[in-house]
Amino acid sequence: MVRIIGFFVGLFFAVGVLWAFVNGAYTAATSPAESTAESVFHREPKDLALQSDGPFGTFNYQQVQRGYQVYKEVCKACHSLNHVAMRDLAELGYSEAEVKAEAASWTVPGVDPNTGEVTTRPGTPTDYFPKPFANDIAARAANSGAVPPDLSLIAKAREGGAPYIYSLLTGFQPVPAEVKKKFPEFQTPTGTYYNPYFANLNIKMPPPLTSDGQVTYKDGTASTVDQMAKDVAAFLVWTAEPTLAKRHQTGLPVIFFLIFATGLAFLAKKQIWAAARVRRD
Amino acid sequence: MSFPWAQHYEPKFAFTRWVDEKLPLPRLVYNAIGGGYPVPRNLNYAWNFGVLAGFCLVLQIVTGVILAMHYAANAGVAFDSVEHIMRDVNWGWMLRYAHANGASAFFVVVYLHIFRGFFYGSYKAPREMVWLLGVTIFLLMMATAFMGYVLPWGQMSFWGAKVITGLFGAIPLVGEPIQTWLLGGFAPDNAALNRFFSLHFLLPFVIAGVIILHIWALHIPGSSNPTGVEVKSESDTVPFHPYYTAKDGFGLGVFLIFYCAFLFFMPNALGHPDNYIPANPLSTPALIVPEWYFWPFYAILRAFTSNFFFVPAKLMGVMAMFAAILVWFFLPWLDRSPVRSGHYRPLFRKFFWFGLIPCVLVLGYCGGSHAEEPYLMLSQIAAAYYFLHFLVIVPIISSFERPEPLPFSITEAVLGSDKKAVLGENTTPAT
Repeated sequence: MVRIIGFFVGLFFAVGVLWAFVNGAYTAATSPAESTAESVFHREPKDLALQSDGPFGTFNYQQVQRGYQVYKEVCKACHSLNHVAMRDLAELGYSEAEVKAEAASWTVPGVDPNTGEVTTRPGTPTDYFPKPFANDIAARAANSGAVPPDLSLIAKAREGGAPYIYSLLTGFQPVPAEVKKKFPEFQTPTGTYYNPYFANLNIKMPPPLTSDGQVTYKDGTASTVDQMAKDVAAFLVWTAEPTLAKRHQTGLPVIFFLIFATGLAFLAKKQIWAAARVRRD
Repeated sequence: MSFPWAQHYEPKFAFTRWVDEKLPLPRLVYNAIGGGYPVPRNLNYAWNFGVLAGFCLVLQIVTGVILAMHYAANAGVAFDSVEHIMRDVNWGWMLRYAHANGASAFFVVVYLHIFRGFFYGSYKAPREMVWLLGVTIFLLMMATAFMGYVLPWGQMSFWGAKVITGLFGAIPLVGEPIQTWLLGGFAPDNAALNRFFSLHFLLPFVIAGVIILHIWALHIPGSSNPTGVEVKSESDTVPFHPYYTAKDGFGLGVFLIFYCAFLFFMPNALGHPDNYIPANPLSTPALIVPEWYFWPFYAILRAFTSNFFFVPAKLMGVMAMFAAILVWFFLPWLDRSPVRSGHYRPLFRKFFWFGLIPCVLVLGYCGGSHAEEPYLMLSQIAAAYYFLHFLVIVPIISSFERPEPLPFSITEAVLGSDKKAVLGENTTPAT
């Protein structure tokens, strides 16, 4: 009885889904999907090699410091860094005094201890990085209707990670002639900028890194647009997961130990089973 | 409950004798996973995954309970509290990655455990109850994993919760009230997050309870084995300890190497980037997908794109998705072949390796892709095969397939001959 009912249930679902297949095939044959500008001209991120890549990767703190400088002088105008505190900068190799001085260079919201009024004060290491806009409405109003995303986790929150960030920052360009030729309808509306690495090709962020030397690096590295984009990408890998280097350092001995212990377990198993292989009859 | 030749627990010390008199818990453990449980001597490595699944449950409960000490189940702060765990809690990053990848590892071993059962006919009499309890555990795991994925309150958490609870909205007439009731609102919000957290904490302990029943039911007929021939005599078995504790120990080591490779070196490989974006009810992600372990079922859900005899496409998809799992419950009565193991079933074996396995892999791949061609058409063919396999092909071939000759006994299969059993010296009546 179970088999008879099952037989008809199975046929019901199989025929139902094959009916959907026939409909889908008919639609695909009669009205083939048209290609769009996004599907043709969207590009995969460029290659980017960072010291934090791979199972042995650690942070290049010199580079992360430079990326922090770019964030402070360029990105922070629009982008928050909600999950990162000033104290976290100590991990980048700054001394305690340097962290304090760096924190004090930021202005954070505060409360007047005498009147209770909302005011501002210099930051301390326990403060988090201040937000550039009071709320999303203010952010949207100032940025052609788009809220600049928080950058703390951006390297993990975007397909492609650091190479995507680097490609996006260096990918701004005038609309190529082929796009216009192939898709005459294609437009880059006012307040948006053509960028082939962005999902729909039109991004509302104006090109942030526009000229070489925009930031004067403290360590003397030549600040080309390419270099700044790489450094910011490295910085954002750090902000997304400050514990990444520790994770790698912990993982290696763990794996080596497990391989060793598993080898021992294999030998133990072999020895125990040797007895069972003897014919007892 | 056990074979007559099973070793008996003999407490060696005054203290263990005292405990044995008052509460024979050590005796229970000894008979369950110690020297007192005779197990077929020919189990291959496919039989490791039960123990590994048990290990994963313990791992998930231990890491989960500690994570719950630092997590805040409130829609306003849930996302930030997870980042607090990642950044500020001592070893919090390791706990969270261990838990997130532990869920994936749990599903890997459970799927292997289930497909081991499919191939070797572990669901057949006298082990139907073991199988039914196992499918129940799998359903509970799916519910637990789904609710756990909602807790970080990222974009995929929110939209996943919306899509999955929306499935109940497909039920005619009562669907939408049910969805509202489940969520405690018209869309996932604080009420949903709180109840999901509560249930996500509760269900693993329910799973632990059903696992006890699963193992209890297993110990009545004893473990199956790759030949599918039941135990005939003492020489067919070895005591669980030390033989299978040693083998499982080695298996656990191999498992941990893979698991730790993910945990420490690619902890986000199996997750979705969008879940690092805080939940935003106003912005729909370009692609809403569940975690990889739900992809085959998600593909079946989405494969039904056309109404079928006045049944709306969405309802068809929802029914098919649930049927795809529920059909497993009926497997012991769908497959009537008296031969258990796929090793001795030439036709069944072909449909298993060249039908079911590719079908599930295709469904999994399509379930993780955009709902567009060619993935839809691929998943439609695979979904049709899936239902035909369990409900039409397996029942039919079990009727007329001519199995290959079985070994006389497990001992003969392992050692080439089993003279004592053939002569009747070592045989015992079935228990």
